[in-house]
Amino acid sequence: MATDTTPATAHAVTTYDVDNPAPVIEPPRARTSKTPKASRTNFELYGWLFMRLSGILLTVLVLGHLLIQLVIDGGVSRLGFAFVAGRWASPFWQAWDLVMLWLAMLHGANGLRTIINDYAERDQTRFWLKTVLYCATVWTILLGTLVIFTFDPNIR
Amino acid sequence: MPAGTLYRGREGMWSWVAHRVTGVTIFFFLLVHVLDTVLVRVSPEAYDDTIAIYKNPVVNLMEYGLAAAVLFHALNGLRLIAVDFWSKGPRYQKQMLWASVGIWVVLMAGAFYPIMQHTLRDLFGS
Repeated sequence: MATDTTPATAHAVTTYDVDNPAPVIEPPRARTSKTPKASRTNFELYGWLFMRLSGILLTVLVLGHLLIQLVIDGGVSRLGFAFVAGRWASPFWQAWDLVMLWLAMLHGANGLRTIINDYAERDQTRFWLKTVLYCATVWTILLGTLVIFTFDPNIR
Repeated sequence: MPAGTLYRGREGMWSWVAHRVTGVTIFFFLLVHVLDTVLVRVSPEAYDDTIAIYKNPVVNLMEYGLAAAVLFHALNGLRLIAVDFWSKGPRYQKQMLWASVGIWVVLMAGAFYPIMQHTLRDLFGS
């Protein structure tokens, strides 16, 4: 910390020039060889950006999904295997559901990762909670993707 | 809990709390929801039997709650994006929150009958 700077009250006006240079302030996030490996990349920046970009897309995808499944044309009454078969006959809705699945899972997983980092204070607790989270996320994304691609309306 | 979690209170903090609570709720529902959808690969009967749970009156009400959580999370998320990327966003964050809440109340009031009609018909006939 700059504890050796002259108090502002001593000189009413301080001008810095070539002979009287301003004190150098180290960039707070300067990366050196001592920076821990985990914080040498821009991962958190890209995560932050992903939450906002995926959020915009999910607003359309998820609210559209809720509108179709729960609100219009009788809502939940008409849901069932035949309804799914009807919708997944179209590549458009297959793609809609596939993109929604991936974005929602990654968006939610990153949100939960942030929450775990905030509230789990012990290193071990954080590690295991995030391990469970990542396993559940990968498993759910792969299973959901498999189902969209292998759906068979004539299964029976 | 870590010390100082109450932060500064008011709209900024409470919208942040609500965003977290709704986010976690939606994520856990999503995990279950993908698993119930997987049943279309098992058999039409297994899928339809499970989807019948969605038509139970109590679960129907939970769906209304889920829609409420998703809609709040979506509106507040758009407000958050405006706060981050719009130069006047931070100045109008309170107004944008109350606008979001207003839109949320109107849309949720309008969605009550469409979402709950299955239960309402069940309980009160025709």
